Amino acid sequence: MKRVYLDHASATPVRREALEAMMPYFAEAFENPSSVYDRGFAIKAAVDEAREKVASLIHAKPKEVLFTSSGAESNNLAVKGAALANLRKGRHIIVSAIEHHSVLNAARYLERFHDFEVTFLPVTETGLVDPERLRRAITDDTVLVSIMHGNNEIGTLQSVAELSAICREKGVLFHTDAVATVGQVPVDVEALGVDLLSLSGPALGAPKGTGALFFRDRLRFVPLIHGGIQENGRRAGTENVPGIVALGKAAELAQGELEKKAAHLQTLRHALVEGVLGAVPRVHHTGHPEQRLPGHASFCFEGVEGEALIFLLAQNGVYASTGSACASKALKTSPVLIAIGMDAAVAQGSVVFTLGPDNTLDEATYTVDVLTKVVDRLRSFSPVWRKKTAA
Amino acid sequence: MKFVKDCQADATVDLVYRMCPMHLLEPVELIRDLREGQVLEILTDYDGALEDIPAWCAKNGQEFIGIGEDEENDCYRLYIRKRH
Repeated sequence: MKRVYLDHASATPVRREALEAMMPYFAEAFENPSSVYDRGFAIKAAVDEAREKVASLIHAKPKEVLFTSSGAESNNLAVKGAALANLRKGRHIIVSAIEHHSVLNAARYLERFHDFEVTFLPVTETGLVDPERLRRAITDDTVLVSIMHGNNEIGTLQSVAELSAICREKGVLFHTDAVATVGQVPVDVEALGVDLLSLSGPALGAPKGTGALFFRDRLRFVPLIHGGIQENGRRAGTENVPGIVALGKAAELAQGELEKKAAHLQTLRHALVEGVLGAVPRVHHTGHPEQRLPGHASFCFEGVEGEALIFLLAQNGVYASTGSACASKALKTSPVLIAIGMDAAVAQGSVVFTLGPDNTLDEATYTVDVLTKVVDRLRSFSPVWRKKTAA
Repeated sequence: MKFVKDCQADATVDLVYRMCPMHLLEPVELIRDLREGQVLEILTDYDGALEDIPAWCAKNGQEFIGIGEDEENDCYRLYIRKRH
């Protein structure tokens, strides 16, 4: 049976070059980068080189890049750290309603334990934040706005430069979660005008347990992990040197391949989207039709349960994910799909395909064929579908 | 402890929210780049710096000018004059 992996937003294989680059740092070059002897200096030099590569990918200065354990940690550090560092200025932050949980729950933490007020900014039906709505939501108490660059569930790319310009004008810090975009589309922190930006290693082909946070030079934030002087006193804990070296290598590779990769993914996505919309009736293509991640295709199939669809796709060798989560016995609907105004019942039929550089047109065609069959099968015994089609 | 107001600095290092002993490590590096007689300003929220910085100055032959409070930024401002 064919095996078609279309879940690159969940996990990507570690790139061979990144794996090779990191291997010596497990056993041969294992010393601590903080050690003040030659072998320690050599390890520190490897960490610094990786920092330069990550900085180069996002057009930042090396000293503006801090290594973390994940995109989630980067988001937590940005949101909590920047908000807590500005308590004297105010206790209001703004996030969009479609942020990743690591931003949403960091905001809720501030609300619950530090008396912050949080505005959850609504989005349009294509998932965009209305700049004028953001402008109106900013008050004298607002210290931070966090709006993601690309949404992992519906693929929409926000007009970050436009949104950050409003914040700069009002003297409010702007953070963007770019976990879904770094390595997929060009990301330039200067052009985006952001003060903080989160990225994740696995999204680039580095191993799990790696990530980074860009913070504008001289920006203050309260650390999450207190301890020693690692990361210039901003994040304690001995560095994950092999992971950092791999992230540096993956960033270097990503920079050279960005355009070619995006063009390839766009071609595949186009084939997948056109194929699905042409073959399956009553399906909604979610997110923005053009302003979206190149390798991201998301749908809601009426009369179908997303979890069941994922299960049957996997039985046929196609691996994807669903935006909706099946929590214990209760069916929980995706907050992102609700935020874009999707009917709660239709939102249950959510499926997200995230393509990677190794996918082929043949695989896209195979996926459309499999999808058409499994949707038909599920609908054939769906009471919801029968009711819908009888109406 | 000497308290100072409106001290003019030639360079500033902001170490607010940065962990100990960054309040010693970064100033040591920065003072190397200053000329004799120039003043370095250190911004920190770390109480331990109030003892450590004057002690470091005494040990290393640099002049500790004094400390100023910065209520707006919730931090201390410490001033060192480079002596050699």
